[in-house]
Amino acid sequence: MSEPQLKHLLGIEGMDRETALRILDTSSAFLEITRRPVRKVPTLRGKTIINMFYEASTRTRTSFELAGKRLSADLVNFGGSSTSVSKGETLRYTAATLDAMHADVIVIRHRASGAAQYLADRTRAGIVNAGDGMHEHPTQALLDAFTIRQHKPSLEGLTVAICGDIAHSRVARSNALLLPLLVARVRLAGPRTMLPPVPEALGCEVYDRLEPAIEGADVVMMLRIQLERMKGASFSTLREYSRVFGLTRERLERTHPDAIVMHPGPMNRGVEIAEDVADGPRSVVLEQVESGVAVRMAVLYLCASEPGQSRE
Amino acid sequence: MEICGNPRSLTEGSTAEPAACYTAAMRELLDADSVSRGLRRVAGEIVERARGVEGLVLVGVRRGGIPVARELARWLKELEGHDIPVGSVDITLYRDDAATALPNPRIGPSEIPCALEGRHVVLVDDVVFTGRTVRAAIDALMDYGRPRRIELAAVVDRGGRELPMQPDYVVKTLEVGRDTRVDVIEDGAGLHAFVQPMSAPSVPLGEST
Repeated sequence: MSEPQLKHLLGIEGMDRETALRILDTSSAFLEITRRPVRKVPTLRGKTIINMFYEASTRTRTSFELAGKRLSADLVNFGGSSTSVSKGETLRYTAATLDAMHADVIVIRHRASGAAQYLADRTRAGIVNAGDGMHEHPTQALLDAFTIRQHKPSLEGLTVAICGDIAHSRVARSNALLLPLLVARVRLAGPRTMLPPVPEALGCEVYDRLEPAIEGADVVMMLRIQLERMKGASFSTLREYSRVFGLTRERLERTHPDAIVMHPGPMNRGVEIAEDVADGPRSVVLEQVESGVAVRMAVLYLCASEPGQSRE
Repeated sequence: MEICGNPRSLTEGSTAEPAACYTAAMRELLDADSVSRGLRRVAGEIVERARGVEGLVLVGVRRGGIPVARELARWLKELEGHDIPVGSVDITLYRDDAATALPNPRIGPSEIPCALEGRHVVLVDDVVFTGRTVRAAIDALMDYGRPRRIELAAVVDRGGRELPMQPDYVVKTLEVGRDTRVDVIEDGAGLHAFVQPMSAPSVPLGEST
C-alpha cells in the first residue's frame, strides 16, 4: 500500500506534503464525530494511550485525553507532582517502564528539546510529541493549519504572519515548517531579542516590527508571551511589549479584510492581544480548540492503527 | 464513484474491448436494467411492508451502497410521490478490525440527513457477504440516535455469512465461494453486478464484505 504511514509524530521536520494533507483530511472526518450526539467511536478499543506530561499543560493534555477517549482507547495520565516524574526517575527508565506496560501510543510533553525522539528510540510504542522544549509542537501546527482550512478555500498562496517570541516558540517553529509545505507564505515578527539568531534558517520573511508583517496578511497568529521563560531579559516591560507588538483593533485594519486571528492559548489579554480582538469577530481561537481535538484524534488514530506493529 | 478506465465501453456493444480495470475473467451477473427493475421491486416491498413511507430514511453504506440508495429513493418517489431522505454512513471507524488490519484507510464522511430518533431506517449496501460491514453500519447508526426499526436492503446477497445478519430486501441471491468476488459498479447506464475471481488484480470500487 502506498498510503503514508505514521508510526510516530515527532515533529513537522521531515514530514512530506502528502502525509500532512493525509492528517488534515483524516481530521475532517473526526471533526464530524465531535459534533454528533454520541461523540465516541469504538475504533481504538483495547488500545492503551499514555499521556505523559512533564510540563504543566491543561489544554493540550485535556485535548489529547478527550481525543483518546472519543476513540475508545484506554487513556492514562502519567505525570504531575505525585509521580515518579517528580521523584527523579530518568526518562530512560520511565520509557522502559512504559514499554513493560505495553502502551500502544505515548503522548509526551517535556521541557527538553528532543525528548520525544529520545523516547521513540527506546520504546516500541508510537510516540506523539506534544511539545518538546523549544523544538516542536506538531499537533498545534496541524490544528492551526486545519483551522485555517476551515476558513479559507485553500492554504495555497495565503500569507500567515506569526508574531511574538519566535526564538523560544516551538509553535512558531512547527508552523514555520508546516505552512510552507502547504504552500502558504510565512512572515515572522518579534522584537530582535526574540528572533532566532539566524532567522533565514527557517526560510521565512522576518520582521522586527508588527505592522509590516501583518500588512495584507490572511492569517495573523499571535504567540503567547511566556512570562515564565522570559524573566524580563528580552524586553523591558510588558507595557512596552504590548505597545509595540500587541495586536489591537487599529493594527488589525492593516490585514486583509477577511483575515482571521489565531492564538494557541492561553492568551495574555491586553499583552500580545487586545481584549476586543481576542473576543472579536475575526478571532478563531475557540475553533482552534475544537479543531485540536479532531486533529489529535486523527493523529492518535493514525499512530495507533499502524499495521504490522508488533506490541509483543 | 470513480472507476479506472472507461466503463462505458462495456455498454457500447459486446464487441468493445473491456476497459483496463475490467478483467477477462469478469462476468456480468446483472445488467443495469435488471438492477433497476430489481430495485423497483424492492421499493414496492418496502412500501408494502411499512404501509407507506412515513418516517422512512435510506442510508447507504459508503461507498458502494450510496448509488443503490439513490436509485431506491427514485423508485420510492415514483411509487409514493415523496422525497425520501438519503444519507450515508462510513463504517471505517466501526470495523471490528479497525485498529489492526487496515493500512490507515481513508475515512469518508457520514452524512445523516435527519435525526434518526424514531425513524424507519433502511440500510442500503451493494453486496452482503460476511455481515461484518452490516454489523459495523448498525453500530454507527446507533451513535446518531435510536431508530424505531432498521432494515437491510442490498443488490446482491452472495452468502458466506460470518455473523447472523440477513438482508430484508435483495435483488439477487446467489451462493459463491470465498475465491470469488462480487462487485456492483456504477457507470453511465446505471448499476451492474459483476462476478470475478478474488485473485483478479483490479479493485474497481469499495469493498463489499
